Amino acid sequence: MTPGTTGFFTDSTLCIGCKACEVACKEWNGVPDDGFRFTGMSYDNTRSLGHSTWRHVKFVEHEPEFGHGGNSPSHMTWQFSSDVCKHCEHAGCLEACPTGSIVRTEFGGVYIQPDICNGCGYCVVTCPFGVVDRRPDDGRAFKCTFCYDRQKDGLQPACAKACPTGSILFGDLDELQRVADARIEKLHGLGMTDANIWNPTETSVGGTHAFFLVRGDASQYNLPAAPRVPTTLLREGWTAAAVAAGAIALGSLLAFALGGKR
Amino acid sequence: MIDERRLDELREEAARTGSVAGKLLRYYDVPLLKAPVWSWEVPAYFFVGGGAGAAAVLAAAARLTGADASLVKDARWIAAVGAAVSGPLLIADLGRPERFLNMMRVFKPQSPMSVGAWILAGFGTLSAATVLADLLGFERIADTAGVLSAATGLGMATYTGVLLGATAIPAWAEHVSLLPFHFGASALGSAASALQLRGHDEKALHILAFGAAVFETAAAVPPRSTTMKAAEFLSGPVPLALRLLGLRSKRARRAAAAATLLGSLLTRLAWVESGRDSAAESGP
Repeated sequence: MTPGTTGFFTDSTLCIGCKACEVACKEWNGVPDDGFRFTGMSYDNTRSLGHSTWRHVKFVEHEPEFGHGGNSPSHMTWQFSSDVCKHCEHAGCLEACPTGSIVRTEFGGVYIQPDICNGCGYCVVTCPFGVVDRRPDDGRAFKCTFCYDRQKDGLQPACAKACPTGSILFGDLDELQRVADARIEKLHGLGMTDANIWNPTETSVGGTHAFFLVRGDASQYNLPAAPRVPTTLLREGWTAAAVAAGAIALGSLLAFALGGKR
Repeated sequence: MIDERRLDELREEAARTGSVAGKLLRYYDVPLLKAPVWSWEVPAYFFVGGGAGAAAVLAAAARLTGADASLVKDARWIAAVGAAVSGPLLIADLGRPERFLNMMRVFKPQSPMSVGAWILAGFGTLSAATVLADLLGFERIADTAGVLSAATGLGMATYTGVLLGATAIPAWAEHVSLLPFHFGASALGSAASALQLRGHDEKALHILAFGAAVFETAAAVPPRSTTMKAAEFLSGPVPLALRLLGLRSKRARRAAAAATLLGSLLTRLAWVESGRDSAAESGP
Protein backbone atom coordinates (compact mmCIF):
# COMPACT_ATOMS: atom_id res chain seq x y z
CA MET A 1 0.00 0.00 0.00
CA THR A 2 1.47 3.36 -1.01
CA PRO A 3 1.28 5.70 1.98
CA GLY A 4 -1.28 8.48 1.71
CA THR A 5 -3.34 6.97 -1.05
CA THR A 6 -5.57 4.32 0.48
CA GLY A 7 -9.33 4.49 0.23
CA PHE A 8 -12.68 2.75 0.23
CA PHE A 9 -14.65 2.01 -2.89
CA THR A 10 -18.21 1.02 -1.96
CA ASP A 11 -20.22 -0.54 -4.77
CA SER A 12 -23.92 -0.37 -3.92
CA THR A 13 -24.84 -2.76 -6.72
CA LEU A 14 -23.03 -5.54 -4.87
CA CYS A 15 -24.39 -4.71 -1.41
CA ILE A 16 -26.95 -7.17 -0.01
CA GLY A 17 -27.76 -5.12 3.10
CA CYS A 18 -26.40 -7.70 5.56
CA LYS A 19 -24.84 -5.05 7.82
CA ALA A 20 -21.78 -7.20 8.49
CA CYS A 21 -19.74 -4.00 8.01
CA GLU A 22 -21.68 -2.25 10.78
CA VAL A 23 -21.15 -5.17 13.13
CA ALA A 24 -17.47 -5.66 12.28
CA CYS A 25 -16.83 -1.94 12.78
CA LYS A 26 -18.54 -1.89 16.16
CA GLU A 27 -16.76 -5.04 17.33
CA TRP A 28 -13.28 -4.04 16.23
CA ASN A 29 -13.51 -0.46 17.44
CA GLY A 30 -15.54 -1.12 20.59
CA VAL A 31 -18.24 1.32 19.50
CA PRO A 32 -21.27 1.41 21.83
CA ASP A 33 -24.82 0.80 20.62
CA ASP A 34 -26.75 3.64 19.03
CA GLY A 35 -29.97 3.36 20.96
CA PHE A 36 -31.83 0.34 19.50
CA ARG A 37 -34.49 2.71 18.18
CA PHE A 38 -37.08 1.45 15.72
CA THR A 39 -37.43 3.93 12.88
CA GLY A 40 -40.45 2.33 11.21
CA MET A 41 -38.93 3.02 7.80
CA SER A 42 -37.52 0.21 5.66
CA TYR A 43 -34.97 -2.10 7.27
CA ASP A 44 -32.85 0.85 8.32
CA ASN A 45 -33.06 1.36 12.07
CA THR A 46 -29.76 3.19 12.23
CA ARG A 47 -30.82 6.23 10.13
CA SER A 48 -27.44 7.86 9.64
CA LEU A 49 -23.77 7.91 10.47
CA GLY A 50 -23.02 9.36 13.89
CA HIS A 51 -20.87 9.24 16.99
CA SER A 52 -21.62 5.57 17.46
CA THR A 53 -22.30 4.54 13.87
CA TRP A 54 -19.20 4.59 11.68
CA ARG A 55 -20.58 2.33 8.94
CA HIS A 56 -24.25 2.65 8.02
CA VAL A 57 -26.15 0.58 5.50
CA LYS A 58 -28.78 2.60 3.67
CA PHE A 59 -31.90 0.94 2.34
CA VAL A 60 -33.06 2.95 -0.63
CA GLU A 61 -36.55 1.96 -1.73
CA HIS A 62 -38.47 3.38 -4.62
CA GLU A 63 -42.02 2.49 -5.46
CA PRO A 64 -43.20 2.72 -9.02
CA GLU A 65 -44.40 6.21 -9.70
CA PHE A 66 -47.31 7.02 -11.95
CA GLY A 67 -46.37 9.29 -14.78
CA HIS A 68 -42.72 8.37 -14.43
CA GLY A 69 -41.88 6.04 -17.30
CA GLY A 70 -42.43 2.36 -16.59
CA ASN A 71 -45.26 1.74 -14.20
CA SER A 72 -44.83 -1.98 -14.03
CA PRO A 73 -44.51 -3.22 -10.43
CA SER A 74 -41.24 -4.78 -11.49
CA HIS A 75 -39.81 -1.28 -11.54
CA MET A 76 -39.86 -1.16 -7.77
CA THR A 77 -36.25 -0.76 -6.73
CA TRP A 78 -34.56 -1.74 -3.50
CA GLN A 79 -30.95 -0.80 -3.21
CA PHE A 80 -28.44 -0.92 -0.40
CA SER A 81 -25.35 1.09 0.16
CA SER A 82 -22.91 1.12 3.04
CA ASP A 83 -22.04 4.68 3.98
CA VAL A 84 -18.91 5.79 5.81
CA CYS A 85 -16.87 8.91 6.63
CA LYS A 86 -15.67 10.28 3.31
CA HIS A 87 -12.16 11.14 4.55
CA CYS A 88 -12.21 14.30 2.43
CA GLU A 89 -9.13 15.59 0.65
CA HIS A 90 -10.00 19.02 2.12
CA ALA A 91 -11.75 18.03 5.33
CA GLY A 92 -13.94 20.62 7.07
CA CYS A 93 -13.62 18.91 10.47
CA LEU A 94 -9.84 18.74 10.28
CA GLU A 95 -9.47 22.40 9.30
CA ALA A 96 -11.88 23.53 12.02
CA CYS A 97 -10.54 21.47 14.93
CA PRO A 98 -9.09 24.03 17.39
CA THR A 99 -7.08 21.54 19.45
CA GLY A 100 -5.28 19.81 16.61
CA SER A 101 -6.94 16.59 17.70
CA ILE A 102 -8.08 15.84 14.15
CA VAL A 103 -5.15 14.93 11.92
CA ARG A 104 -4.42 13.47 8.49
CA THR A 105 -2.80 10.06 8.89
CA GLU A 106 0.01 8.70 6.76
CA PHE A 107 -2.63 6.62 4.96
CA GLY A 108 -4.62 9.67 3.89
CA GLY A 109 -7.46 9.18 6.39
CA VAL A 110 -8.86 11.84 8.72
CA TYR A 111 -8.39 10.72 12.31
CA ILE A 112 -9.67 12.14 15.61
CA GLN A 113 -7.07 11.58 18.36
CA PRO A 114 -9.28 10.63 21.32
CA ASP A 115 -6.67 11.67 23.89
CA ILE A 116 -6.66 15.26 22.58
CA CYS A 117 -10.30 16.00 21.68
CA ASN A 118 -11.96 18.22 24.29
CA GLY A 119 -15.45 18.01 22.82
CA CYS A 120 -15.83 21.61 21.59
CA GLY A 121 -18.26 20.44 18.90
CA TYR A 122 -16.92 22.62 16.08
CA CYS A 123 -16.19 19.63 13.81
CA VAL A 124 -19.88 18.69 14.07
CA VAL A 125 -21.01 21.85 12.26
CA THR A 126 -18.13 22.00 9.78
CA CYS A 127 -18.54 18.50 8.29
CA PRO A 128 -20.45 18.90 5.01
CA PHE A 129 -21.63 15.29 5.22
CA GLY A 130 -23.04 15.16 8.76
CA VAL A 131 -20.60 12.43 9.76
CA VAL A 132 -18.95 13.65 12.97
CA ASP A 133 -20.95 13.93 16.18
CA ARG A 134 -20.27 14.36 19.89
CA ARG A 135 -21.13 11.35 22.02
CA PRO A 136 -23.22 12.76 24.88
CA ASP A 137 -22.14 10.37 27.65
CA ASP A 138 -18.47 10.60 26.67
CA GLY A 139 -18.19 14.24 25.66
CA ARG A 140 -15.79 13.70 22.77
CA ALA A 141 -16.41 13.69 19.03
CA PHE A 142 -16.24 10.40 17.20
CA LYS A 143 -16.30 9.08 13.65
CA CYS A 144 -14.72 6.40 11.46
CA THR A 145 -11.00 6.07 12.21
CA PHE A 146 -10.33 4.47 8.81
CA CYS A 147 -9.13 1.62 11.09
CA TYR A 148 -5.92 3.52 11.65
CA ASP A 149 -4.72 0.85 14.07
CA ARG A 150 -5.30 -1.96 11.57
CA GLN A 151 -3.72 -0.03 8.70
CA LYS A 152 -0.67 0.56 10.90
CA ASP A 153 -0.33 -3.22 11.05
CA GLY A 154 -0.85 -3.62 7.32
CA LEU A 155 -4.40 -4.92 7.70
CA GLN A 156 -7.46 -3.67 5.85
CA PRO A 157 -10.26 -1.92 7.78
CA ALA A 158 -12.67 -4.24 9.61
CA CYS A 159 -15.69 -3.34 7.44
CA ALA A 160 -13.93 -4.16 4.17
CA LYS A 161 -12.59 -7.39 5.65
CA ALA A 162 -16.06 -8.48 6.80
CA CYS A 163 -17.96 -7.57 3.62
CA PRO A 164 -19.05 -10.90 2.13
CA THR A 165 -19.82 -9.65 -1.40
CA GLY A 166 -16.91 -7.37 -2.17
CA SER A 167 -19.18 -4.35 -2.08
CA ILE A 168 -16.69 -2.61 0.21
CA LEU A 169 -13.25 -2.61 -1.32
CA PHE A 170 -10.20 -1.19 0.40
CA GLY A 171 -6.94 -0.44 -1.32
CA ASP A 172 -4.79 1.96 -3.23
CA LEU A 173 -6.97 4.83 -4.46
CA ASP A 174 -5.69 4.74 -8.06
CA GLU A 175 -6.24 0.99 -8.20
CA LEU A 176 -9.76 1.39 -6.78
CA GLN A 177 -10.50 4.02 -9.42
CA ARG A 178 -9.54 1.53 -12.13
CA VAL A 179 -11.79 -1.12 -10.55
CA ALA A 180 -14.64 1.39 -10.39
CA ASP A 181 -14.22 2.46 -14.03
CA ALA A 182 -14.25 -1.17 -15.17
CA ARG A 183 -17.31 -1.87 -13.05
CA ILE A 184 -19.20 1.10 -14.52
CA GLU A 185 -18.35 -0.06 -18.02
CA LYS A 186 -19.59 -3.55 -17.24
CA LEU A 187 -22.83 -2.35 -15.63
CA HIS A 188 -23.57 0.01 -18.51
CA GLY A 189 -23.02 -2.91 -20.87
CA LEU A 190 -25.59 -4.89 -18.89
CA GLY A 191 -28.10 -2.09 -19.39
CA MET A 192 -27.75 -0.51 -15.95
CA THR A 193 -27.15 2.86 -17.55
CA ASP A 194 -27.99 4.75 -14.37
CA ALA A 195 -24.95 3.38 -12.53
CA ASN A 196 -22.53 6.19 -11.71
CA ILE A 197 -19.66 7.09 -9.44
CA TRP A 198 -20.12 9.60 -6.64
CA ASN A 199 -16.88 11.36 -5.74
CA PRO A 200 -16.96 15.17 -5.45
CA THR A 201 -13.54 15.76 -6.98
CA GLU A 202 -14.69 18.93 -8.76
CA THR A 203 -15.86 20.62 -5.54
CA SER A 204 -13.95 22.43 -2.79
CA VAL A 205 -13.88 19.12 -0.91
CA GLY A 206 -11.40 18.06 -3.58
CA GLY A 207 -12.41 14.41 -3.74
CA THR A 208 -12.66 11.81 -1.02
CA HIS A 209 -10.91 8.71 0.23
CA ALA A 210 -14.27 6.95 0.26
CA PHE A 211 -16.20 6.97 -3.01
CA PHE A 212 -19.32 5.16 -4.08
CA LEU A 213 -20.95 3.49 -7.04
CA VAL A 214 -24.67 4.23 -6.95
CA ARG A 215 -27.63 3.91 -9.27
CA GLY A 216 -29.54 7.00 -10.31
CA ASP A 217 -29.29 10.30 -8.50
CA ALA A 218 -26.86 10.10 -5.56
CA SER A 219 -29.18 12.43 -3.60
CA GLN A 220 -31.44 9.48 -2.81
CA TYR A 221 -28.49 8.00 -0.89
CA ASN A 222 -28.09 11.32 1.01
CA LEU A 223 -24.88 11.97 -0.91
CA PRO A 224 -24.81 15.70 -1.81
CA ALA A 225 -23.94 16.67 -5.35
CA ALA A 226 -22.17 19.87 -4.37
CA PRO A 227 -20.63 19.63 -0.90
CA ARG A 228 -18.57 22.62 0.21
CA VAL A 229 -15.72 22.70 2.69
CA PRO A 230 -16.52 25.63 5.03
CA THR A 231 -12.98 27.05 4.83
CA THR A 232 -14.05 28.51 1.45
CA LEU A 233 -16.20 30.95 3.47
CA LEU A 234 -13.34 32.24 5.62
CA ARG A 235 -12.25 35.08 3.35
CA GLU A 236 -15.78 36.45 3.14
CA GLY A 237 -16.33 36.07 6.87
CA TRP A 238 -13.07 37.64 8.03
CA THR A 239 -13.41 40.50 5.54
CA ALA A 240 -16.82 41.29 7.00
CA ALA A 241 -15.42 41.00 10.53
CA ALA A 242 -12.55 43.37 9.71
CA VAL A 243 -14.89 45.96 8.17
CA ALA A 244 -17.31 45.61 11.10
CA ALA A 245 -14.45 45.96 13.61
CA GLY A 246 -13.19 49.05 11.77
CA ALA A 247 -16.65 50.59 11.83
CA ILE A 248 -17.01 49.92 15.57
CA ALA A 249 -13.58 51.42 16.35
CA LEU A 250 -14.07 54.48 14.16
CA GLY A 251 -17.67 54.97 15.26
CA SER A 252 -16.70 54.82 18.94
CA LEU A 253 -13.86 57.31 18.54
CA LEU A 254 -16.04 59.69 16.52
CA ALA A 255 -18.97 59.41 18.92
CA PHE A 256 -16.78 60.19 21.93
CA ALA A 257 -14.94 62.97 20.12
CA LEU A 258 -18.28 64.58 19.27
CA GLY A 259 -20.36 63.70 22.30
CA GLY A 260 -18.11 62.55 25.09
CA LYS A 261 -19.65 64.98 27.54
CA ARG A 262 -22.99 64.56 29.23
CA MET B 1 -33.81 1.74 -22.93
CA ILE B 2 -33.96 4.69 -25.32
CA ASP B 3 -37.72 4.97 -24.76
CA GLU B 4 -37.26 4.77 -21.00
CA ARG B 5 -34.78 7.61 -21.08
CA ARG B 6 -37.10 9.69 -23.24
CA LEU B 7 -39.84 9.22 -20.65
CA ASP B 8 -37.44 10.39 -17.92
CA GLU B 9 -36.61 13.44 -20.00
CA LEU B 10 -40.25 14.27 -20.48
CA ARG B 11 -40.88 13.86 -16.78
CA GLU B 12 -37.97 16.14 -15.90
CA GLU B 13 -39.10 18.72 -18.39
CA ALA B 14 -42.62 18.61 -16.96
CA ALA B 15 -41.21 19.05 -13.45
CA ARG B 16 -39.14 22.02 -14.65
CA THR B 17 -42.08 23.75 -16.24
CA GLY B 18 -44.19 23.01 -13.19
CA SER B 19 -46.88 20.94 -14.92
CA VAL B 20 -46.18 17.98 -12.59
CA ALA B 21 -44.62 17.86 -9.14
CA GLY B 22 -40.87 17.45 -9.22
CA LYS B 23 -39.35 14.40 -7.62
CA LEU B 24 -37.63 15.45 -4.39
CA LEU B 25 -34.77 13.06 -3.98
CA ARG B 26 -34.07 12.54 -0.31
CA TYR B 27 -33.08 9.62 1.86
CA TYR B 28 -36.43 9.39 3.63
CA ASP B 29 -36.42 12.54 5.74
CA VAL B 30 -33.09 11.92 7.37
CA PRO B 31 -31.21 15.24 7.59
CA LEU B 32 -27.89 15.37 5.78
CA LEU B 33 -26.18 17.42 8.47
CA LYS B 34 -25.71 17.04 12.20
CA ALA B 35 -27.22 19.73 14.41
CA PRO B 36 -24.92 21.90 16.55
CA VAL B 37 -24.38 20.28 19.94
CA TRP B 38 -23.87 23.59 21.76
CA SER B 39 -26.11 24.31 24.73
CA TRP B 40 -27.15 27.71 26.17
CA GLU B 41 -23.63 28.52 27.35
CA VAL B 42 -22.38 29.24 23.83
CA PRO B 43 -25.00 31.87 22.81
CA ALA B 44 -24.71 33.30 26.35
CA TYR B 45 -20.96 33.64 25.71
CA PHE B 46 -21.60 35.34 22.34
CA PHE B 47 -23.63 37.93 24.27
CA VAL B 48 -21.32 38.38 27.27
CA GLY B 49 -18.04 38.15 25.34
CA GLY B 50 -19.25 40.40 22.51
CA GLY B 51 -20.55 43.02 24.94
CA ALA B 52 -17.34 42.87 26.97
CA GLY B 53 -15.24 43.30 23.83
CA ALA B 54 -17.22 46.35 22.73
CA ALA B 55 -17.04 47.76 26.28
CA ALA B 56 -13.23 47.65 26.06
CA VAL B 57 -13.43 49.59 22.78
CA LEU B 58 -15.70 52.18 24.41
CA ALA B 59 -13.34 52.45 27.41
CA ALA B 60 -10.36 53.13 25.15
CA ALA B 61 -12.26 55.59 22.97
CA ALA B 62 -13.54 57.41 26.06
CA ARG B 63 -10.06 57.50 27.58
CA LEU B 64 -8.39 58.74 24.38
CA THR B 65 -10.90 61.54 23.95
CA GLY B 66 -10.72 62.58 27.59
CA ALA B 67 -14.23 61.60 28.60
CA ASP B 68 -15.47 61.20 32.17
CA ALA B 69 -13.11 59.01 34.25
CA SER B 70 -15.90 57.06 35.92
CA LEU B 71 -17.25 56.04 32.50
CA VAL B 72 -13.79 54.77 31.52
CA LYS B 73 -13.53 52.85 34.77
CA ASP B 74 -16.97 51.25 34.46
CA ALA B 75 -16.38 50.28 30.83
CA ARG B 76 -13.06 48.69 31.75
CA TRP B 77 -14.73 46.73 34.53
CA ILE B 78 -17.52 45.53 32.25
CA ALA B 79 -14.83 44.31 29.84
CA ALA B 80 -12.83 42.53 32.54
CA VAL B 81 -15.80 40.92 34.28
CA GLY B 82 -17.34 39.90 30.93
CA ALA B 83 -14.06 38.30 29.90
CA ALA B 84 -13.80 36.52 33.24
CA VAL B 85 -17.30 35.07 32.77
CA SER B 86 -16.66 34.14 29.12
CA GLY B 87 -14.02 31.49 29.77
CA PRO B 88 -16.07 29.49 32.28
CA LEU B 89 -19.13 29.65 29.99
CA LEU B 90 -17.17 28.14 27.10
CA ILE B 91 -15.44 25.59 29.29
CA ALA B 92 -18.79 24.47 30.72
CA ASP B 93 -20.01 23.70 27.22
CA LEU B 94 -17.06 21.46 26.33
CA GLY B 95 -17.68 17.74 26.30
CA ARG B 96 -14.45 17.36 28.27
CA PRO B 97 -14.12 20.61 30.27
CA GLU B 98 -10.94 19.46 32.02
CA ARG B 99 -9.19 19.52 28.65
CA PHE B 100 -9.93 23.19 27.89
CA LEU B 101 -6.23 24.01 27.77
CA ASN B 102 -5.92 21.84 24.64
CA MET B 103 -7.29 24.92 22.85
CA MET B 104 -3.85 26.45 23.49
CA ARG B 105 -1.94 23.47 22.01
CA VAL B 106 -2.03 24.94 18.50
CA PHE B 107 -2.87 28.10 16.63
CA LYS B 108 -4.80 27.45 13.43
CA PRO B 109 -5.68 30.53 11.36
CA GLN B 110 -7.98 28.36 9.24
CA SER B 111 -10.13 27.57 12.28
CA PRO B 112 -12.29 30.46 13.58
CA MET B 113 -12.64 28.50 16.84
CA SER B 114 -8.86 28.43 17.30
CA VAL B 115 -8.50 32.11 16.37
CA GLY B 116 -11.34 32.89 18.78
CA ALA B 117 -9.77 30.92 21.64
CA TRP B 118 -6.58 32.96 21.26
CA ILE B 119 -8.50 36.24 20.95
CA LEU B 120 -10.35 35.40 24.18
CA ALA B 121 -7.12 34.42 25.94
CA GLY B 122 -5.52 37.72 24.91
CA PHE B 123 -8.59 39.77 25.71
CA GLY B 124 -9.03 38.15 29.12
CA THR B 125 -5.42 38.84 30.07
CA LEU B 126 -5.37 42.42 28.75
CA SER B 127 -8.73 43.49 30.17
CA ALA B 128 -7.77 42.07 33.58
CA ALA B 129 -4.39 43.81 33.35
CA THR B 130 -6.15 47.11 32.58
CA VAL B 131 -8.30 47.13 35.72
CA LEU B 132 -5.50 45.72 37.86
CA ALA B 133 -2.99 48.36 36.73
CA ASP B 134 -5.61 51.03 37.28
CA LEU B 135 -6.33 49.74 40.80
CA LEU B 136 -2.62 49.76 41.63
CA GLY B 137 -2.29 53.27 40.24
CA PHE B 138 -0.13 52.50 37.19
CA GLU B 139 -1.99 54.81 34.84
CA ARG B 140 0.32 54.51 31.82
CA ILE B 141 0.26 50.72 31.98
CA ALA B 142 -3.51 50.75 32.40
CA ASP B 143 -3.90 52.96 29.33
CA THR B 144 -1.59 50.83 27.18
CA ALA B 145 -3.27 47.61 28.28
CA GLY B 146 -6.63 49.33 27.72
CA VAL B 147 -5.82 50.14 24.10
CA LEU B 148 -4.54 46.60 23.49
CA SER B 149 -7.60 45.10 25.16
CA ALA B 150 -9.75 47.30 22.88
CA ALA B 151 -7.92 45.88 19.85
CA THR B 152 -8.63 42.30 20.96
CA GLY B 153 -12.10 43.46 22.02
CA LEU B 154 -12.86 44.33 18.40
CA GLY B 155 -12.11 40.69 17.64
CA MET B 156 -14.34 39.54 20.50
CA ALA B 157 -17.25 41.59 19.15
CA THR B 158 -17.03 40.23 15.60
CA TYR B 159 -15.22 36.88 15.33
CA THR B 160 -18.20 34.91 16.62
CA GLY B 161 -19.99 35.86 13.40
CA VAL B 162 -17.25 34.17 11.38
CA LEU B 163 -17.36 31.21 13.79
CA LEU B 164 -20.98 30.55 12.83
CA GLY B 165 -20.74 31.71 9.22
CA ALA B 166 -17.83 29.52 8.14
CA THR B 167 -19.63 26.23 8.75
CA ALA B 168 -21.63 23.70 6.73
CA ILE B 169 -24.93 24.82 8.35
CA PRO B 170 -26.88 26.49 5.49
CA ALA B 171 -28.70 29.12 7.60
CA TRP B 172 -25.35 30.33 8.97
CA ALA B 173 -23.23 29.95 5.84
CA GLU B 174 -25.74 31.94 3.76
CA HIS B 175 -25.20 34.89 6.09
CA VAL B 176 -21.44 34.62 6.53
CA SER B 177 -20.87 38.25 5.58
CA LEU B 178 -23.84 39.55 7.57
CA LEU B 179 -23.14 37.69 10.83
CA PRO B 180 -19.98 39.60 11.89
CA PHE B 181 -21.81 42.91 11.30
CA HIS B 182 -24.91 41.70 13.09
CA PHE B 183 -22.97 40.41 16.08
CA GLY B 184 -20.75 43.50 16.09
CA ALA B 185 -23.71 45.89 16.10
CA SER B 186 -25.39 43.80 18.77
CA ALA B 187 -22.22 43.89 20.90
CA LEU B 188 -21.77 47.65 20.49
CA GLY B 189 -25.42 48.33 21.29
CA SER B 190 -25.30 46.15 24.40
CA ALA B 191 -22.03 47.66 25.70
CA ALA B 192 -23.35 51.21 25.31
CA SER B 193 -26.65 50.14 26.88
CA ALA B 194 -24.98 48.45 29.85
CA LEU B 195 -23.07 51.68 30.53
CA GLN B 196 -26.28 53.71 30.28
CA LEU B 197 -27.94 51.41 32.79
CA ARG B 198 -24.94 52.00 35.08
CA GLY B 199 -26.07 55.63 35.07
CA HIS B 200 -23.79 57.14 32.41
CA ASP B 201 -25.56 59.57 30.15
CA GLU B 202 -22.91 60.71 27.68
CA LYS B 203 -24.26 61.67 24.28
CA ALA B 204 -21.69 59.31 22.71
CA LEU B 205 -23.38 56.26 24.26
CA HIS B 206 -26.73 57.46 22.99
CA ILE B 207 -25.34 58.00 19.47
CA LEU B 208 -23.67 54.57 19.34
CA ALA B 209 -26.67 52.68 20.68
CA PHE B 210 -28.86 54.61 18.27
CA GLY B 211 -26.57 53.61 15.39
CA ALA B 212 -26.73 49.96 16.45
CA ALA B 213 -30.54 50.11 16.60
CA VAL B 214 -30.66 51.67 13.12
CA PHE B 215 -28.46 48.84 11.80
CA GLU B 216 -30.59 46.19 13.52
CA THR B 217 -33.75 47.66 12.01
CA ALA B 218 -32.32 48.04 8.51
CA ALA B 219 -30.35 44.80 8.23
CA ALA B 220 -33.04 42.49 9.56
CA VAL B 221 -32.57 38.93 8.31
CA PRO B 222 -35.67 37.03 7.27
CA PRO B 223 -36.83 35.72 10.65
CA ARG B 224 -36.95 31.95 10.77
CA SER B 225 -38.34 31.65 14.28
CA THR B 226 -40.31 33.39 17.00
CA THR B 227 -37.07 33.91 18.91
CA MET B 228 -35.50 35.68 15.93
CA LYS B 229 -38.61 37.85 15.48
CA ALA B 230 -38.54 38.84 19.16
CA ALA B 231 -34.78 39.43 19.01
CA GLU B 232 -35.08 41.69 15.98
CA PHE B 233 -38.01 43.60 17.47
CA LEU B 234 -36.19 44.22 20.75
CA SER B 235 -32.86 45.11 19.07
CA GLY B 236 -34.22 47.28 16.26
CA PRO B 237 -37.58 49.11 16.22
CA VAL B 238 -38.17 49.17 20.00
CA PRO B 239 -34.91 50.87 21.06
CA LEU B 240 -35.00 53.00 17.90
CA ALA B 241 -38.41 54.44 18.81
CA LEU B 242 -37.51 54.77 22.48
CA ARG B 243 -34.26 56.51 21.65
CA LEU B 244 -36.05 59.02 19.43
CA LEU B 245 -38.32 59.72 22.41
CA GLY B 246 -35.22 59.59 24.59
CA LEU B 247 -33.78 62.71 23.02
CA ARG B 248 -35.66 64.42 25.84
CA SER B 249 -36.39 61.67 28.36
CA LYS B 250 -33.72 59.84 30.32
CA ARG B 251 -36.24 57.21 31.33
CA ALA B 252 -36.90 56.35 27.65
CA ARG B 253 -33.15 56.09 27.10
CA ARG B 254 -32.88 53.60 29.96
CA ALA B 255 -35.84 51.59 28.67
CA ALA B 256 -34.16 51.50 25.24
CA ALA B 257 -30.96 50.27 26.86
CA ALA B 258 -32.79 47.45 28.64
CA ALA B 259 -34.54 46.42 25.40
CA THR B 260 -31.21 46.41 23.53
CA LEU B 261 -29.54 44.17 26.12
CA LEU B 262 -32.40 41.69 26.10
CA GLY B 263 -32.54 41.85 22.28
CA SER B 264 -28.81 41.20 22.03
CA LEU B 265 -29.03 38.07 24.19
CA LEU B 266 -32.05 36.86 22.22
CA THR B 267 -30.22 37.55 18.94
CA ARG B 268 -27.45 35.14 19.88
CA LEU B 269 -29.92 32.49 21.12
CA ALA B 270 -31.96 32.88 17.93
CA TRP B 271 -28.95 32.42 15.63
CA VAL B 272 -27.89 29.21 17.36
CA GLU B 273 -31.49 28.00 17.27
CA SER B 274 -31.75 28.76 13.55
CA GLY B 275 -28.63 26.65 13.01
CA ARG B 276 -30.28 23.71 14.73
CA ASP B 277 -33.43 24.12 12.63
CA SER B 278 -31.39 24.48 9.47
CA ALA B 279 -29.47 21.25 10.14
CA ALA B 280 -32.73 19.41 10.83
CA GLU B 281 -34.09 20.52 7.44
CA SER B 282 -30.88 19.86 5.51
CA GLY B 283 -30.77 17.53 2.55
CA PRO B 284 -28.29 16.51 -0.11
